[in-house]
Amino acid sequence: MRVPEAEFTSYYGRPILKPPVWKWDIAAYLFTGGLAAGSSLLAAGGQVTGRPALRRAGRVTALAAVSASAVFLIRDLGRPERFHHMLRVAKPTSPMSVGTWILTAFGPAAGVAAIAEGAGLLPRRGLLGLVGRALPPAGHAAGLVAAATAPALATYTGVLLADTAVPSWHEAYPELPVVFAGSALASGAGVGLLAAPPAEAGPARRMAVAGAALELYGAHRVETRLGLLSEPYRQGRPGRLLRAGRLLTAAGVTGAVLGRRSRAVGALSGAALLAASVVTRFGIFYGGVVSARDPRYTVVPQRERVNARRTRTDLPAD
Amino acid sequence: MGFFTDTSVCIGCKACEVACKEWNGVPGSGLDLLGMSYDNTGALTANSWRHVAFIEQPRPSGHGSAPFTGTPTGGTASAASATVAAGTTGPTGTQPGLPPGSPPAAARMSVGDQDGAGVSVGDHGGATGGPVDVLGAPFAAGPAGGSAAGASNAAGRGTADAPPATGRAAGPEFLGMPGAQPPGRGTGAEGRTDFRWLMMSDVCKHCTHAACLDVCPTGSLFRTEFGTVVVQEDICNGCGYCISACPYGVIDQRRGDGRAWKCTLCYDRLGAGMTPACAQACPTESIQYGPLDELRERAAVRVATLHGRGVSEARLYGHDPNDGVGGDGAFFLLLDEPEVYGLPPDPVVTTRDLPAMWKRAGLAALAMAAATVVAFAGRSS
Ligand code: SF4
Ligand code: SF4
Repeated sequence: MRVPEAEFTSYYGRPILKPPVWKWDIAAYLFTGGLAAGSSLLAAGGQVTGRPALRRAGRVTALAAVSASAVFLIRDLGRPERFHHMLRVAKPTSPMSVGTWILTAFGPAAGVAAIAEGAGLLPRRGLLGLVGRALPPAGHAAGLVAAATAPALATYTGVLLADTAVPSWHEAYPELPVVFAGSALASGAGVGLLAAPPAEAGPARRMAVAGAALELYGAHRVETRLGLLSEPYRQGRPGRLLRAGRLLTAAGVTGAVLGRRSRAVGALSGAALLAASVVTRFGIFYGGVVSARDPRYTVVPQRERVNARRTRTDLPAD
Repeated sequence: MGFFTDTSVCIGCKACEVACKEWNGVPGSGLDLLGMSYDNTGALTANSWRHVAFIEQPRPSGHGSAPFTGTPTGGTASAASATVAAGTTGPTGTQPGLPPGSPPAAARMSVGDQDGAGVSVGDHGGATGGPVDVLGAPFAAGPAGGSAAGASNAAGRGTADAPPATGRAAGPEFLGMPGAQPPGRGTGAEGRTDFRWLMMSDVCKHCTHAACLDVCPTGSLFRTEFGTVVVQEDICNGCGYCISACPYGVIDQRRGDGRAWKCTLCYDRLGAGMTPACAQACPTESIQYGPLDELRERAAVRVATLHGRGVSEARLYGHDPNDGVGGDGAFFLLLDEPEVYGLPPDPVVTTRDLPAMWKRAGLAALAMAAATVVAFAGRSS
């Protein structure tokens, strides 16, 4: 059953808010940022517990993903050549400023860790040999630094979206970091499942389960808890994307748990988890855009708030 | 320092828009009629720092007062024109500029309510029992009514005079421009709609707690010594964060240029001890500039006067320093609910919940770290 259309007034039905000027590249940035975070956690785990395949795959993916992040972020600026102005200030009230600094800490660490994987390719003697011997410990340290900043990298994006006037993002502030944390873990696990032989992939499977649980829980809350503001996440394109994300996550995590002996099933599950992370991010992103475009989502909840306040203050007077 | 805009004396001359463009060298934003009454600007954009809104309403001003009881009012100004208008856009040279609205919503809204409750937009028709246009003709029944809306937008452009109600079938489409005839001539006094225009010169609110300023990652937006909020053009990198953060939908990005622009409250003029261009140009003193305390006092007196005259709809908006944005540096006297003018009814600075947001993000981050540790702590492969 459909809820009756909420009545509202607006100036010629025009949006009250300006819809975000951010394009698909910001949605893609949400994914690559999460992927970088998840895979660097996977790499650190592999490094500490002696699982070289996980370590290598995680480090290389983290570097690739964080580089892509930087490209997406800079591409979306109206004046890309002024990116460095972001480094003028550090503002806790601006999640974008905080995020820039997190990226600045994470990026180089992820880079060193990934480059250290190339140590084996260097000759054993001479100057390069020295470098080759210095690299693995440097990579070790850098990998740990990257992993330490990774959870912040994955979750600040939830605040980035929530700290706007966009109704369906703002009201979802308790859930967005949960969705993004889960999605990041699941995509990191996906990399592990794709790259590692079944013998090494146990931790990736457990990461996948934890990530999927967080992601599914968060997305479910976003789609049901917000009343009228949940609607954009259930209808139209965002709704389709989030439903697809749910199916892919479920498929991926099932495959990861049941197909633990088969390399092929593991790889397929990993791919499904990565795809789930992509579509979930896009679903959340476009859900917010839809809510900013339609004045109903701005006016109706605010009007209800005003009316509730009015009746509260009127009552004692009666 | 700030603005008090008293919409009850605005005559919609747009002197403020022009003066602002001239003084600040704001680029042109096309010349177009949007079908939204006399509004050819549409919204505040990077290229329009003042915007005069025109609202046609099927109610006389002071609707609540005794002299008007029994006046045949109601019906709609023109649901058909509102439908067309909601879908129109003009090139503004900005982004997102003037996004189209929702035509069904606009049509619903323009159906008048008789009790003058303002916000209620119930779909009960007017005195004539159904939606009627500005000339009192039922628009739905008219051959060139709502069904043709949208098709001939271009054809209707520029026809400032509404064709008489009887000739609507053949004539160009009526887009809600004021007619040359007094209400009721075509229909007789009983069926006439008595309507009012609301006009409002909108502007950046220069919020006390400004979301745009809080979220700007470059520090390009700053608070001036006059308490206003200004963008530094040479710092802004066009990240667009301020645009999504503004709860009033004010700030906007200029195409090609890539930077965010909005009203500066004539920062340069204030520095030289002058009045902002819009306030200076306003012939009716609808826009008043001065110290906020003084303006608030003046506004309270004006509301009391209007209420005394039976204009019970008069209210202030953005004057309260305890509201969700800490009060606006530019506040308004309105003659209807804020959303009628395209203003949010209860705006809140987006950073109000920020501490809670960071806390949730911190918890989620901890959960992530813990999950990783647990995943790798297990013994099995
Ligand atoms: S938040 Fe919006 S209305 Fe307030 S000062 Fe910034 S641009 Fe102006
Ligand atoms: S677009 Fe410019 S003014 Fe707006 S937040 Fe970004 S840098 Fe600041």
